[in-house]
Amino acid sequence: MRLSEEERGILAGRLGPVPRLALEHQVKVGEFFGAEDFVAVTQAHVMADTESLGEAGVRWLEGLAAERQGRRRVRIPTISDPRGTDFAKAAFLGHAPAALSLEERAIAALVKLGVMMTDTCISYQTVQPATLSEHVAFGDTGVVIYSNSVCGARSNFEGGPSALAAGLTGRTPRYGFHLEAQRRATLAVRVDFTPRSLNEWGALGGVIGRLAGNYWAVPLVEGLEASPGSDALKHFGAAMASFGSVALFHLPGVTPEARRRADVAPDPLPQVGVTRADIEALEKSYRKDEAVDVVVFSAPQLSLLELAELAAQCDGRRFAIPLLAVTSPQVKPDADRMGYTAKIEAAGGTVLSGMCFYQSYAREIAEAKGWKRLATNSAKLVNILGGYGYVPMLASMEQCVEAARTGRLE
Amino acid sequence: MNELRARHAMGSPVTGEALVARDGFSARYDLDRARGTFSRATHQLAGQSYVGRILVLDTAKGGVASAWMLHEMASRGVAPLALVFNSVNPILVQGAAFGDITLLAGFDGDITSLVPNGARLALDPSRRLLRMVEK
Repeated sequence: MRLSEEERGILAGRLGPVPRLALEHQVKVGEFFGAEDFVAVTQAHVMADTESLGEAGVRWLEGLAAERQGRRRVRIPTISDPRGTDFAKAAFLGHAPAALSLEERAIAALVKLGVMMTDTCISYQTVQPATLSEHVAFGDTGVVIYSNSVCGARSNFEGGPSALAAGLTGRTPRYGFHLEAQRRATLAVRVDFTPRSLNEWGALGGVIGRLAGNYWAVPLVEGLEASPGSDALKHFGAAMASFGSVALFHLPGVTPEARRRADVAPDPLPQVGVTRADIEALEKSYRKDEAVDVVVFSAPQLSLLELAELAAQCDGRRFAIPLLAVTSPQVKPDADRMGYTAKIEAAGGTVLSGMCFYQSYAREIAEAKGWKRLATNSAKLVNILGGYGYVPMLASMEQCVEAARTGRLE
Repeated sequence: MNELRARHAMGSPVTGEALVARDGFSARYDLDRARGTFSRATHQLAGQSYVGRILVLDTAKGGVASAWMLHEMASRGVAPLALVFNSVNPILVQGAAFGDITLLAGFDGDITSLVPNGARLALDPSRRLLRMVEK
């Protein structure tokens, strides 16, 4: 890689061991991908839940935080993804003391490194969305695909160590979606229907993610009527990223880089069609049982508007099984203030904050609570939880709320 | 064909047994990391141990957690010996760099067809070379 004088100085240790370690890691990654140089980034978003870090990752963070030589704090605004628990509800979730202790240690280390503990995977709805052409280093695939596609920002998937490195150095290797050429569409998807609910938007994203197949594919999606809202595109993108590792999509006339098809697809593209039958088949493939142990709304965290809708559906009902609704620490106080939390919890549900179900020791929760059959309206969540020993089932918010009342998914 | 050249490589030279499937990989979605096995029921390697094996798979899937998880698994001695993929996403590369796990990616042809399951492989990242060796 071509390095600036400042970067050579960092590698020589002029700013201390922490920035040097961070830049060494970034050079390894950049050289793997053939990056020519670094690009300055304005924000970083760090995924660092302790189920992923484990003892080894937490010790590594603590080692950085304890460094006394040179600079050890991030130099650009650096925020955090959801944590491994909601401390206020940890007993209800059955989280073990050892897991909570690990969480506390990770938080203490991240704070010492200067990370803002926003604990959210919907930062584009709650903290600050990136802007068109802004180069950023975001973790959480849902944040990346939304920021790249809906906001027109430039980010690769940055795992925790790399996002933190970007926060510490203020830059990231210039490869992948930081390059204009990489952002052109590679596949045209013609859709002959428009999803009507968030689970359908997620299922459509999942089907397109599977068709796209890998990180370097950029689907151009045509045929949708009207402009989807932020929550619809949140579920659409998060599922596409989850099922296909996709980081960027274009909707002509909707997303900012594709005012016209030709803006992102100057040449003919391979074309595939997606019908309503395809998303119904995806939903059906997860329907393994009628009985349900738990209902979960999460992945991504719920916006205030989603919580308002959920609260309206919970109002006056009484649940037979647990219902969990997970949101961000920015949204939760508003949900409390507006009475949404009270309505959901009066029905027997629980509103959680600052975590996300699959990032919060989902396997241990299943063992502690005896939950296996799980209903959700998140396509992303059903895609993830199979590996955690759950039987996840995808349905609409209405169907999930009804399942919480009856214990059965009709 | 005893030697194959990758377009991208990192890590140290290793020799070991290949565990091959035409399927994807995500540490979060697919693995029981406590037991060191593939746990997602629909994965072609469901129930099989990946510990100490050279994983030969199609592509990286899913979320960003693999970047931490490879390091965490390596710290407990329950990591794959190396990763050999047709294509990778940045997360797998960042995870391999952070966890110090050998990684080769990008071949002329489908690597999951070119390498038989159980083959003994020698990987030399400095030369971007994968070699099949006698058992």
